Parts: sequence; structure tokens; C-alpha cells
Amino acid sequence: MATIERPAQNSSADLSRRGFLGGTAGLTFALSLPAGLFVRPHEALAADAAEKAIGAWARIGTDGAITLHIPAAEMGQGAMTGLAMIFAEEMDADWSKVTAEYPPIVPSIFGNPRFGGMMVTYGSGSTRGYWDKIRPQAAAVRRVLMQAAADKWGVPVADVHTEPSVVVHAASGRRLSYGEIAGFAQVPDPMPTVDKSELKKLVDYRILGKDTPRPDIPPKTTGAAKYSIDIQVPNMVYATVLRTPVEGGSPEQVDDKATLAVPGVLKVVPMKESVGIVGESVEAVFAGRDALKVKWSKAPADNYQSDAGLKDFMAKAAKLDEKGVDFAPIVAGDADGAFAKAAKVISAQYSSDYVYHAQMEPMNVIAAINEAGDGAEIWIGSQGASLATGFAANFLKTTPDKIKFHQYFLGGGYGRRSPPDMMFDVLTLAKEMRRPVKLIWTREQDVKAAKMRPMTGHYLQAALDASGAIVGWRHRVVGESVVAYRGGEKALEGNKGLDNIVMEGATHEYEIPNRSVQYVREKRGVGLAAWRGIGAGYNKFVIESFIDELAADRKIDPVEFRLGLLRNHPRATAVIKAVAERSGWGKPVADGHALGFCYCEVVETFVAAVGEISVDRQTGVIRAHKFWIALDPGIVVNPDSIVAQTEGNVIFGLSQTLKEQVSVSGGAVDQNNFYDYPVLRMSEMPEIDVQIIATDNPPKGIGEAALPIVGPCVGNALFKLTGKRLRQMPLTLERVKAGLAAA
Amino acid sequence: MPSIGFTLNDKAVEVDVAPQTPLLWVVREHLALTGTKYGCGAGMCGACTVHLDGRAVRSCQTQVSDVAGKKVTTIEGLSANGDHPLQKAWVALQVPQCGYCQSGQIMQAAELLAAKKNPTREEIVQHMDGNICRCGTYPRIVRAIELAAKQGA
Repeated sequence: MATIERPAQNSSADLSRRGFLGGTAGLTFALSLPAGLFVRPHEALAADAAEKAIGAWARIGTDGAITLHIPAAEMGQGAMTGLAMIFAEEMDADWSKVTAEYPPIVPSIFGNPRFGGMMVTYGSGSTRGYWDKIRPQAAAVRRVLMQAAADKWGVPVADVHTEPSVVVHAASGRRLSYGEIAGFAQVPDPMPTVDKSELKKLVDYRILGKDTPRPDIPPKTTGAAKYSIDIQVPNMVYATVLRTPVEGGSPEQVDDKATLAVPGVLKVVPMKESVGIVGESVEAVFAGRDALKVKWSKAPADNYQSDAGLKDFMAKAAKLDEKGVDFAPIVAGDADGAFAKAAKVISAQYSSDYVYHAQMEPMNVIAAINEAGDGAEIWIGSQGASLATGFAANFLKTTPDKIKFHQYFLGGGYGRRSPPDMMFDVLTLAKEMRRPVKLIWTREQDVKAAKMRPMTGHYLQAALDASGAIVGWRHRVVGESVVAYRGGEKALEGNKGLDNIVMEGATHEYEIPNRSVQYVREKRGVGLAAWRGIGAGYNKFVIESFIDELAADRKIDPVEFRLGLLRNHPRATAVIKAVAERSGWGKPVADGHALGFCYCEVVETFVAAVGEISVDRQTGVIRAHKFWIALDPGIVVNPDSIVAQTEGNVIFGLSQTLKEQVSVSGGAVDQNNFYDYPVLRMSEMPEIDVQIIATDNPPKGIGEAALPIVGPCVGNALFKLTGKRLRQMPLTLERVKAGLAAA
Repeated sequence: MPSIGFTLNDKAVEVDVAPQTPLLWVVREHLALTGTKYGCGAGMCGACTVHLDGRAVRSCQTQVSDVAGKKVTTIEGLSANGDHPLQKAWVALQVPQCGYCQSGQIMQAAELLAAKKNPTREEIVQHMDGNICRCGTYPRIVRAIELAAKQGA
């Protein structure tokens, strides 16, 4: 069994043993397994133990070791552990014997129902997507083990029950461990089906809800954890690319003289939107890239300036006669009518800039193509396994089963590792070189080829009646389409022009009877992707800041104001009250400090937060001192993972609130590296207090839930402190200084 | 090309690479110790932090010729069994998320605790401020360093 400690060279042994490059790919189920992503070495299968597959999801060793196929890429969000806990709970496994590994790419078995059955890991969708899918699978494994033991004993299956990894016949006191049963069990095909009503009840949980250490953590403290950038395969060459600075450009003239003169550079390969530099070492290809001169073709975005673009977006947002596409989940009543009859209308414009993922592991992938050219092997840390293998299969005009996929830990994902946008280059180079290619982007390339969260312009309006009640809500979001960029115009047309990635989070639960929320599309031609929190990252900033504006206009406390609009939302009310109490909302704070409030539902988790800030009016530096968060994610899987994710979300969210900003000039990203795309550092971190309000609702998203609360907390606190409302995110030093100086 | 010799995790090693090659690539790709990570190549993020004669340095900014005859320690050499007090504290407090920056964080922290048994929180933050963690594990890093200090790193 593969362990995470194996040195890189071992993958060569694997490779030759499997003979994959000779064209005998994935002949048996067992041989098609990628390396285990986490393994407890002391529980790894003993040398003399045999192993039996009980269905597609679980294998049990005669020594009791349990290996689960967990189809969640692990990028620090803890989904691999969480899903393994859910599976182990339902099959009544002894958790200390459980190992998880990423399964082979068989979407028909392992796909996430939330994402059309694809094997992908994004949108805080693993736990909530697989919750109803894997519990019956785990229960079926338990059922098979119980049946096998009952048959052996000659007793009815109804008379046996399980304890952790043991089947028990209470009447006779006989016991058989799961490992023992694996030695003789006949596994039915198909596996039995278990009705939802027969699943374990919340009160019987013994794994879920308890702090459970993540097995991927120890190897992440010793350097042993493997990311794809760490992998070497036999006979491989290194490559990097110089990509077109403007989306859609292609190399017209390549001056590779200086590059080819770099010792160790083997070849320069012009491709569709990039030029590949192939060589014997990373240092050679990186130096070769520095020396390369390329003239790029004209591209559609050549004249695009993002600062001018933002002005256009803002103007368009406020032009109500330019109709957008209704965002159905929140549209209600007759908004136009409500505004026509309103006693008072309050309007505001907000914006958010482009942001870059800044995942710590620069993009990289290794690919090898077989002799016949109809199969490939890929080593990668990917959020989009189905997408990467699908791309490779199309590229080679073959079927996805001919693409052998090795999943590794992801050095940060946040949406960046979902699109298969390195696959064309690496496969082209592997084909050209007839050797495995390890393609690594420089950090500068990673920034320049950023797949950004779109820049957005917003127009908000609230209609108040004579009594001051809010009777109408209007929100228009202007920005480019991530859906069209990623899936083509057809994908957006298929969704009737609505970009649900851009619009994520434009919903809210406030009881306002007449609501119009629209997506207004603009086209600029830059590279886009989902980014942690997707649309909620700016939409919640906009909505929760505007709600604060309305509360201020009505001279009502922001917490009271929200509670009033959420009277029929007990889960929202509960988190709001919890965080208000914990933070001492309404009580005096330190001189020069102020508290800001935010409530929102993100990825189906209910979050309320209070942030405490101060500001230096001379420098524009906002200092976030403390955040209190209360959240209700439903059933709690791994409490400490929820706390860890929430801490991370606050820091990530504060980074985007205060600092992060990509600008585009002539269609090209202006920034280069962490020196001009700063992210939050330790000295800027606030204290963070997390309260989990567990309920018995199905478990919902966590990986992005708390990120969107930070911006509104900061903006609302700044308003409380200074009376000035900042409506452009990020709240950069210049914007803060200008905003506070404004009349 | 003359070979360059240095001590890596208490073992003598020799490499045949150009003298200006960053130590980072020598350690990671030539010597296959991949715990030391490439983050920015500009000395801005700290993911590549190793010890050079006991001092934390950015291996992406260190030419291999500059370490000739010197002692280099990477995360793999910090302790025999992954049981340095910092590593134990990192596990106890479940610090890593994606984990990519954590080798560098631990090596940076190890330099601090080697020089100062009980650093204040301000000293910790000041010492660690050059190491980026995008996942946002900073609060746990600070607590883990404090825990390791308490347990006598």
C-alpha cells in the first residue's frame, strides 16, 4: 500500500510495475488506485494481510485496516477527513483503523451529485454534496459485513448488531471483527441498498461532532506530505511557459536564441497561447524563460484598462433601462411598482476590484503520454479531476478511462485549481518531447495568468413606505461572466444568460416584499475563475453595507434592524443573538475603536459576525483587532475543522477587504508577485472568536462560509467610527484616506 | 562544472550544478528533499526557508555556491522523527490547512526558539511576519510557537 512518506523515486517503481506507459493502463481495479493521500503508518495493511473490496468505496484488510475512497481533493479544508468520518460513522468503523485515499476517476460511482455527478471539489460542496450519497454506501458496507457474520453463525441478520469494527451476536455473545469477516465474506453484486430511514440517527453518532485530528496534518509538519510539485517521474524533463500577457494572444515571433543558450535548456516550443521552455532542470527553464523574447498577436482585450472599465460598470449599473437577467432565487413581488409608490428611496453604488487567488503552490502538473498516443498519466493536485481527465481525453482523442490520474495534496485551491487550464500546455509538451513533462509556472507567471474573480459594479436601491418600512429592494450587479469564460457562450445561454457564480450571495433572507435583483453582463476578455466565496465575496459586502446604511437612515441599531427583518428566520436570529451577546454589542469599546456587524447565509451556513477596528486617519491604515463569529452549519462533522476554516476565512476575508487588487492595463495584469500583490500577514491578523451553533439540519458548507462577513464588518465599523461610508472594496489606504477626508 | 559540497541534514552532499543555482532547486529537485517549498522565488513568502549554519534563510535567494562547506538544515532534518517541540505543537494545535507554507513556517519559528526560549507574542509576530500563510493559519502558528516554547523547545 502506498504511503505518503514514499520518496519520489518510488513513483517510478510504481510506474514501471504498472507498465502504464507501455499501454496497459488500469487493468484491474486494485492497480488503478492512485497513491493514498493519507495513511496512518501504524495502521497500514500488515505485510501478510489480504484485502477485500466491499463495494467500490471501502476495502477492508484481514488485519482490520479500512481504506475508504474519498472523492474530495484535500486543500486544507479538511473535507477528506470529514467525509471519511461520515463514512466511518455510518459503517460503524473503528476510526483509528481508517485510511482515506482519492478514488480512481469513475464519476458514475464517485461523482458529486451537487455538481452534475462530476468528480470536483469546490463551492464548499463536498460535505453537503456527498452527505446523502455516501451514508447509504457506508450503511451498505455495514449491512454486507453483518450479513456475512450472521450467515457464518447461522442466525438471522436481524439478531446481530455492530460495535466499532465488530459484528456482535448479543444472544450468544459471539463477535467477529470487520477484519476477520473480510477474510471470508462474499460480497454481493450489486451491493444492497439501504433506505434513508434506516441510517444512523444523530443521537447515536460517536465520530461526528467530536474534534478529530486530521491525518494529513502530521506529514504536513515534516515535509513528507506530497504536492504534485514534489513529484518526479522517470525520464521526465522540466518545463515552464511564457504565456500571452493578454488573454487570447498567441506567439507571433519568438526570439529563442538567448533561451537556447542557457545551459540545460533543451527546446523552445511555441504553442497556442504560450511558449514552452523545456530543459533538464527548473533553474534552466526558469532562466530560459527570463531570456525569451516573444511578440504576441493582437488580442481582443488589448486596449482594456480596468480603471476605465470600472467606471463603465458603475454607470451601467445605475442605468435601469439597460435590463439585466433576473436572479430568480430572490426576485419577488413587484419591485418597479414598489419604487413608483415609495415615500422615500435610498440609493448607493458599490464596487469590487479583480482579485487573484495567490495560492501558495504555484500552478504545476506532470503529464506523460504513452507510445501509442492514446493514453496519458497525470500527476496533479486538482479541484477538477473530472475536468482535467476530460480535457486530456479530448486532447488525445481518447476516452477518459485511458487517462490515469494521480491526485496529490493541493497547496491552496480557493477555486484556482478547478479549471484544467494547464492541461493543453503540458500535454502538448509531453507529446512534443515524447517524455514525461513536469510543468511549473513561476510565481510571476501565476500572477500574470491570473484567473480572477471578476470586477463588479453595483447599484442598490431601497424603497421605504410612509411608515419607514422597506417595501422594495433593487440590486444590479455588473461584471464579466465567469460561466461564459469557463464554459463558453453556450454555457451561459444554457443558463438563460444568468451567471450564478457572479451572482452567488446576491440572495438574502430579509423580509422585503418586492425585490428585483439582476445580473448585467459586460465583456472585457480577461481570464476569470471562481475565487473563494465566489460572488458572495463582494455581494455580501454590498448587501450588508447597504443594510447598515438603511439602519443608519432609520436610526435603528444595526442588530435590531436585522432582527426585525428576520423575524421568521430562527436560525438567522439565533446566530445574530449569539454573536451580539458574545461580542458585547452595544457596550462601550476602547477609545478610537468601533464595532461593525454583519449577518449572512453563505453556502447554506448561517453566519453572524462582529468586527472591532480602529483607523489611522493619517496613513489610512485600518487595524482589525478582533472578530467574533457565530455560525450554524447544521450538523457538525468535525468541530475543530470548522473553527480552523472560520479563522482562515476571516484572515482571507480581511486580506481581500483591505489589500487585494489586480489592475489591468492594455489587457494585461499589472502585478507580478507578492511585492505588488500583498496578502495579509501575521502582524495584521485580528484575534478571532468562533462560536458554533450546532443544529440537527443536514451539514452545510464551511470552506467559504465566513469569508464574506469580513468586508461588511470592517466597512460598517468604519462608518460607526468616522461617519464615512466606504463603498469600494478593497478599502485601500488611498481610498480610506480619501474617504475620510471627503465632506 | 566543479562540484559544490556542503552538509545537508548532517550528511555530506556534493552537487554538480552552476554556482548561481538557487539552493531551493538543489535541495528540492537535485537532492529530492521536497519539504522545502517554492512559493515566490523572490524572498517574499518564506515557503522555502531553511537553516544555514543555524540561521533561517530563504533558499530561493541563496546561491548554492554560498553554502559550500556550510551546514544546511531542511524541514526533513529538523528532528529525527518529526518530534521537534514545534512539530509536536503544530500537530497538537492542528495548525496546517493546505500545509504548503508550513515547512517554512516551522523552520522560521525554530530559529526564533533556538535563540530565545520564551519569546513574547510581539517577538513571535515580528519574527514570523515574512512568512505568508494564505490559508490563514496565523493564529494557530502563534499559539503553537507559544506551546512549543512552554514545553522547552
